[in-house]
Order: sequence, then structure tokens, then C-alpha cells
Amino acid sequence: MQIVSQLLFLVALVAAVYFFSRRVAGIRRNILRGRDIDLSDQPALRWKNLVLLAFGQKKMFRNPLVAVLHFFVYAGFIIINLEILEIIIDGVAGTHRIFAPVLGPLYGILIGCFEILAVLVAVSCAIFLVRRNILKLRRFLSKDLDGWPRSDANYILITEIVLMALFLTMNTADGILQSRGVPHYVPVQPFWVTQHFAGIFNGLSDSTLITIERTAWWLHILGVLAFLDYLPYSKHLHIVLAFPNAYYTRLKPKGRMDNMPEIQQEVLYAMQPELAANAAPGDTPPKFGAKDVHDLTWKNLLDAFACTECGRCSAACPATQTGKALSPRLIMMKTRDRAEEIGRQNGEAGDKTLLRGYITEEELRACTSCNACVEECPVSINPLDIILQMRRHLIMEESSAPQEWNMMFSNIENNMAPWKFSPDDRDAWINS
Amino acid sequence: MQIKTMAEYFANGETPEVLFWVGCAGSFDQRAQKITRAFAEILTKTGTQFAVLGKEEACTGDPARRAGNEFLFQMMAYNNIQVLNNYGVKKIVTACPHCFNTIKNEYPELGGSYEVIHHTTFLQQLIDEGRIKIKEGGSFKGKKITYHDSCYLGRANGIYEAPRAVLETLDADLVEMKRCKSKGLCCGAGGAQMFKEEEKGTTRINFERGHEAVATGASVIAANCPFCMTMLTDGVKEAGKEDSVKVLDIAEIIAAEMKE
Repeated sequence: MQIVSQLLFLVALVAAVYFFSRRVAGIRRNILRGRDIDLSDQPALRWKNLVLLAFGQKKMFRNPLVAVLHFFVYAGFIIINLEILEIIIDGVAGTHRIFAPVLGPLYGILIGCFEILAVLVAVSCAIFLVRRNILKLRRFLSKDLDGWPRSDANYILITEIVLMALFLTMNTADGILQSRGVPHYVPVQPFWVTQHFAGIFNGLSDSTLITIERTAWWLHILGVLAFLDYLPYSKHLHIVLAFPNAYYTRLKPKGRMDNMPEIQQEVLYAMQPELAANAAPGDTPPKFGAKDVHDLTWKNLLDAFACTECGRCSAACPATQTGKALSPRLIMMKTRDRAEEIGRQNGEAGDKTLLRGYITEEELRACTSCNACVEECPVSINPLDIILQMRRHLIMEESSAPQEWNMMFSNIENNMAPWKFSPDDRDAWINS
Repeated sequence: MQIKTMAEYFANGETPEVLFWVGCAGSFDQRAQKITRAFAEILTKTGTQFAVLGKEEACTGDPARRAGNEFLFQMMAYNNIQVLNNYGVKKIVTACPHCFNTIKNEYPELGGSYEVIHHTTFLQQLIDEGRIKIKEGGSFKGKKITYHDSCYLGRANGIYEAPRAVLETLDADLVEMKRCKSKGLCCGAGGAQMFKEEEKGTTRINFERGHEAVATGASVIAANCPFCMTMLTDGVKEAGKEDSVKVLDIAEIIAAEMKE
């Protein structure tokens, strides 16, 4: 019987890891469809950002209360994983609490900490559910989240609460079995939290308790493995991608737009034709700006997969706040959806493009480039970079601009100012 | 006003302490011209040796670049950098955060590296050096002032304190809007929005900001950007407060309050 359960466990574990890795490889391919960009400079500063922004969740603390709750869930997730390690070894080896004899008194302390964290995680997730579904918070009510994204968020929170409840149930039953001296249940110190719940199972027989303990144990670990496989299909993937995203975050001042050296070169040759004579001819005609996801950089696409749809960007966006079609959160979600679509088509773009297939000109035009979205993002996502690259495509590949912008361009070109004034009057303010 | 151009300095074989980059709004927009004159007056009164480019100045290309027209931006940048480098310009001060950002952050990789200072930082330096002295019991004393962070000075370049430090010398009651500093709400003009109609929405961005500024009860809204100036002035008008609430650039405030 024992060997059957060990085998079943092994099958579940291998299957879960297999499906997870397959999906992760797919996401990696989707991200690497973006064009290359070198972000290997200043490693010391990048590691610092990783520690501060991802581990330290620095940006989250712009709202301290939410940050503390989020930190409980995050710390719970990372620290309780140590317990998962024991559960996996037990599952494969057919042992029970294999770390208990090894760690001695430390084991009781560890499990005690896990239990406290489990309670904090469950309480925080419950508060988050209330914030999302009962309190009328604008960024959660937003139509951005209609349909799957809103359910996704709730599934994650509910799953976390259920998993924590199973973990605590398992420990409660285990603690009673230990105190009754049931064989196989090696006594450790009373568990800090669940010893106080023992009353719930009062009067139950040993065998019933064993059934409860085993059922909770199995449901908990199967739930964890199922969650592992769900993770890369959900917005919750930020728990992984926040780390590389913080590392690769932009180090330049926010106001600086990326240069386009091919255009710089072309202008230089137009101004100094003698330089053009010695220039090596380009092999392919360059494409300007971004029309689809493969025109964006891999960092833009990493951003899209790291987005957890929290909506802090859109809550701060002047366009979103005044009812424009633009929502930076949606820019990220649409970019990810398009990258996923190309992934499902085995890398074939098909008829659609990110521009117009997902993101409209109206959205792109509404941006004031104010950087509020970039400033707010806790995981260093930059929606503005995508918007500006798509604007470059619209203007330089399609000559698609509002009439007023075309006038502004021609004024700059002819009068050296965006308005139609004579360049001769540029110093008229001195004597007026 | 006697203001020398870079060409005049150059002809005499002299170099001014600083080049005042006026910008297109500062040169042509009637409201912004007042800011330009106020700042030039401060420079003159403090004995700062400065020059302007005059007719040789041209748009930095900021709105073209942000609209997506990189060719036009590169052309403007090329010409401006030629002019600046020919004069051997080292230090630039400007009253426009868009010009400030473009010259400071985007020109260096195109071959134009200068020390670029926004006028609010420059004013703070002049105050710190004792070159500007504020009148005792000036007209802003005890008055409620709220300061609007422009995106290109604030978030884009992380300058939040210098303008506030300048305003604090007035002994005024400085009140903050809820959305201030790194959380500041845009006036709606950046990213080339200044030059086109807003997209359809529930309200205009400058109305939203105008209402927020008026709601602080301040009688003066201090700005640091000629585009913000236009947007906020309209926003205050829309809120029906144009008679009781003034939108002023920090340079205008200091020009009025400094000792002769």
C-alpha cells in the first residue's frame, strides 16, 4: 500500500513539473520573439534593484497597509516552500516529517513560524478578496478586468486560502495523533497555532484522525502542484518574473527616449553627404517603430508577462483618470495576449497585428508621456516605452497623424517652432 | 532690456557664464514671454553674465520625437548641437522642462554634452549663494500657494525639491495637492498633446488638475513649465476661479519678490 502511494506521488510530482516546464519554455519563446536589446550594463546597480524592488518590494510601500498584507502573502509563499520541500521528500520516500529528527527543537520553531505565516496569508488573502469584490476600488472595478482577468485574481486568492486551511488542518490532526502516541506520528513540540485548534477534532477516533490528516496532506500537496501548473497561465506569474524584470529595469532617466541610431545616421548623411560616400550599405531596409510584438524588445514582452494587472499604472494615468480609451494596464495585457496568440500559432503572426488588432490608435494618441505609469509599477514595467515605439510606427511607417500634428511637424520644419511664427521673431520678446 | 546674443559674445571673444535657452513657448507664446522676461530680469539683476541664441535657436524636437517623428527630431537635434558646439557652450539654463529634458538627457548621445540646469534649480542656487535676496514682508507672505510638479522636471528627472525650496523663501503657506511630487498629475500637455485636441473622455486632463489645484484653497498656483502654464490657466478658468486664483511661474514670483 505504502509503495503505491509513493508511486502515485511521484507520478503527480513529475507530471506537474513536466507541464510547468513545458509552459515556461513556451513563455520563454514568446518573450524571445521580441527584438534584442543589450541590458547587461551596470550589474551592481541591477542587483541592487533586484534586491530593493523585487525582494524588498520597495514600490509596494507607496501604500503601506496594502504593502504589509502583500508582504505576508509573499513571505508566506517563499518561506512555506521550505515545508513543501519536506512534504515532497516524505511523499517520495514514504517517510513522515523527515526533518523532525534531523532538526530537533528547531523543527518545532520552524513549523510554528510556518503556521503563523499560514494564518497571516489566509487573513491577507481574505482581505484582498474583500478589497477586490466588496470595496469599490476603482482599479479593481475597471472594465479592464472584465471576464477572465477578474476571475483569475479571485481563483488565486481562494486557492491560497484553501491551501493554507489544508496545511493547518493537516497539522491540527497530526498534533493530536502525536499526543496520543499513535505510531508513525513522531512527537515534536506542540505546534504553535494548531495546538489551540485541537478541540475541533475532540472525540474523533485515531483512524478518523489519520484519514483527516492524510486527506489534508494529499489535497494540500496536489493543490500546490496544480497551482504550480496554473501559475504560468495566470497573472500570478509575477511572483517569478518580478525578479528578472527588476534586474533588467531601465536605468536611464525616465525622460530619456531611446535613440534610433539608424535615423541619426541617415540625418547625418543628409547633412554631411561626404560621410555617406564611405558608409557601408545597409543590407535590409530598416523598419521604424513597432507594429507587432516582434518589433518590440524582449524586455517589453517580459514586462507583459510580468504584469499582475494590479492597475496602479492606470489609476495614476491622466488619460485613464479622465475617461480616455487609454489604460496602461490594458496596453500590457494586450501585448501579452498578442504574444500568446503568436505562440499558439507556432510563431506565425497571421493576419492580425498588435496595432489595431489589439491596441487602437486612439489609445496611443491619448498618452501624455508623463511617466506616471512607469513610476507606479511595483515590478518595473514600462508601458510608455511600448506606446512610444508604436507611435513611431504610426508616424514613420504609415504617416498616420492627426492633422494638428502634421501642422506642428511642418511648423517645426519650416519655422523652427511648433507654431506658425516667423523665426525672425524668435527674439522679439526682448523688445516687446 | 539689454540682452546679448551668443554671436555678440563670440564676436568679442568672450564667453558668458551661462546660455539662457528660451525655448519656443518662451519665445513666441505671449503668456510665456512674460516668464522669459521675468527670468531674464532676474539674471540681469543678479549680475549673471548670460547670452541667448536669439534667431539661431530652434525647437529641440521634443514634441516631434514624442509624437513619433524621429526624423524631424534628429534633424532639429543635429542643427541645435552644431550651433551649441560651434559656440563652445558649456552651461545651459532653461525655463522649459521639455527643452531641459531633451538637451540634458537626449542630446549627449547625439554629440551634444552640456551642463543643463532648469531655471528653478538655478534660482535655488542664486538664492543659496545670496545673489537673490527676498523682500521682507513681500506680497506672498502668509498666502496659500500650491505647486504643480511638471512631469518632465519631476518624474522624468527627479527634481521635486528645488522649486519648493525656492517657494519656501517667500514665507508663504505652501500647500500640497493630493497628487503631488512623484504622484503628481500631468497637466495634459506632454507627449505632444499640447499641439492637438484631446481624445474623447469624460473630462479634460487640465480641467481635472485645475479643479484639484483650486480645491487646495490656494490663491496662487506655482508652475515651472510654459505648457503647464497654458493648461492650468485654462483649468482654473473652467473652474470659474480666474479672478481669485493666479497661475504664475516661479520665475515671475521671484522677480516680483526679490530685493532690487
